[in-house]
Amino acid sequence: MTNAVVTNTGRPGPPEMVRRLPEVLAIWVPLLLSAAHLVSFSLWTIWVSFTPSTLIPVAGWVGLRNYTAVLASRNWQIAFDNLLLFGSAFVLLSLVTGLFLAILLDQRIRGENVLRSIFLYPLAVSFVVTGTVWSWLLNPGLGIEKLVHDLGWTSFKFDWLIDRDMAIWTIVVAAIWQSSGFAMALFLAGLRSVDSDLIKAAQIDGAGPVRMYRRVILPTLWPITVTVIVIQLQFAISTFDLVRALTNGGPGIATQLPALVVYDLMFQRNLLGRGAAAAVLMLLILLAVLLPYAAWRYLQRRRAAHA
Amino acid sequence: MRDRTFAPGRALVYLVVSLVAAAWLVPLIVVVLNSLRSNEEIAQTSMIGWPQHWAFGNYLAAWSDFCVAQTCAGIRPYMLNSALVTIPATIFSTLLGAVAGYAVSLWRFRGDSWIYGIVTLGIFLPQQMRLLPWTIVLRDTGLMNTLTGLVVIHTIQGLSFTTLFCRNYYVAVPQELIRAARIDGAGFFRIFWRIILPLSPPILVVTVIWQFTHIWNEFLYGVTFTTGQQQPVTAALIALSAAVADIPQHGVQSAAVLIAALPTLLVYLLGGKYFVRGLTAGAVK
Repeated sequence: MTNAVVTNTGRPGPPEMVRRLPEVLAIWVPLLLSAAHLVSFSLWTIWVSFTPSTLIPVAGWVGLRNYTAVLASRNWQIAFDNLLLFGSAFVLLSLVTGLFLAILLDQRIRGENVLRSIFLYPLAVSFVVTGTVWSWLLNPGLGIEKLVHDLGWTSFKFDWLIDRDMAIWTIVVAAIWQSSGFAMALFLAGLRSVDSDLIKAAQIDGAGPVRMYRRVILPTLWPITVTVIVIQLQFAISTFDLVRALTNGGPGIATQLPALVVYDLMFQRNLLGRGAAAAVLMLLILLAVLLPYAAWRYLQRRRAAHA
Repeated sequence: MRDRTFAPGRALVYLVVSLVAAAWLVPLIVVVLNSLRSNEEIAQTSMIGWPQHWAFGNYLAAWSDFCVAQTCAGIRPYMLNSALVTIPATIFSTLLGAVAGYAVSLWRFRGDSWIYGIVTLGIFLPQQMRLLPWTIVLRDTGLMNTLTGLVVIHTIQGLSFTTLFCRNYYVAVPQELIRAARIDGAGFFRIFWRIILPLSPPILVVTVIWQFTHIWNEFLYGVTFTTGQQQPVTAALIALSAAVADIPQHGVQSAAVLIAALPTLLVYLLGGKYFVRGLTAGAVK
């Protein structure tokens, strides 16, 4: 009788449910796996950050004690200062380099494809590989400084890798080399999509190439610039492999970054609570970048919808 | 372009762009040359130089001889580990992502935009937020220090990217096509198999290249969740550098580094266009 009722109302009854089960599973299993792990893992880490966990996670509540401990540690303070310096220098310089390369490639030159491949190939290689290679090149007893000495200029000095104050710049150099191609690819796509009528109109007005770029073309690249900045910042905030391979945080802890602090606290000092707090702090730094960006994107879309 | 006469400005453009390109190639050229120089030769001069005697033996040593952590089998076992993690994880995450992307783009179901929104947040969530939970999950499921554990991690985490890529591609498929197929009695799977998959090769290539490159190059999970003989090649390279820190073998190390980079470099050379498409698709969300 229940069956009949169900059939009459046209609702899917048990047989229908069974028939649709594979489809429901196919729709939900991958999505739920992904979403459930993201939500539960985030909440889990946030929870651990408020517990007195050390070697293993334990229940209990210590309030913000893990956070204050992390924030007060020299390790984190150096990591945070490094992140500010590395983040701003790397983002700014890779932006300038990427834009510069994109403008050069936009001059309808021969061999554009080959050149583009050269600027982008570092992105296909692991940071462990590139970090290792840069550590050789920048090692004063082994790389560029040694080469210049062997060539006869013995007073030449290029020892950033072992200089506490300059070591962070080796990370900046390697990161720029590795990721400027990404900025270039996005800018080049932007340059190629500039309205050709706009360019023609400016040409008729007698604008030279420099004025053309400054007044007509570059202003249209604003949205891409913001996207590039946000993605490069996101990369800077979570940088781990590159530092691990290039300086391993050294000399001393001079090139420490937040991601290394998290790893160190969690797996080398077995302070899970503090490690989790440092991870949440990383997330907060990231949100400080991403939330304004999301709001900006939202406003832009709404304006586009109204226009 | 052909009708343009010589202009000093253009010569300058070519000069500058070639110089920058040369600089960009320096690290690669240096490693290639070093991989062909003997350890002694490098120790006597510097990392930067032309091989005096070609030391092709470095590659053999790097591949199957040198020692990491008391095991002297070269880089081969770690390359195999990386392949055994990367290939299955790439296939699984791409297939699941294709189905998920198809579901959220062409089928309406309750909560679809919510769950899709959460899935794409995975692109931004730092790995550090998941390290601790993964540690516990792997330990409790007995997958700690196994390649299977890494496959599971990369499959699930890769879904954020693969779903996004496929969803953005399938959104352009006309709804009428799906509606007409449904009127003809085709269901979820038949439409996927008969209509969607045949349209998919371009996006699947992008997704596969993206996933392969990322999983092969991944380091943090590899070094955290595996030790010794179970490590992927990225983690093994770091272990190698540490192991030979006292008596550096830069010729052999250079060969090892190149071998480790070769799979993703080859993929990049063969499918560069798709690689760049993945980069920009991941960027302009």
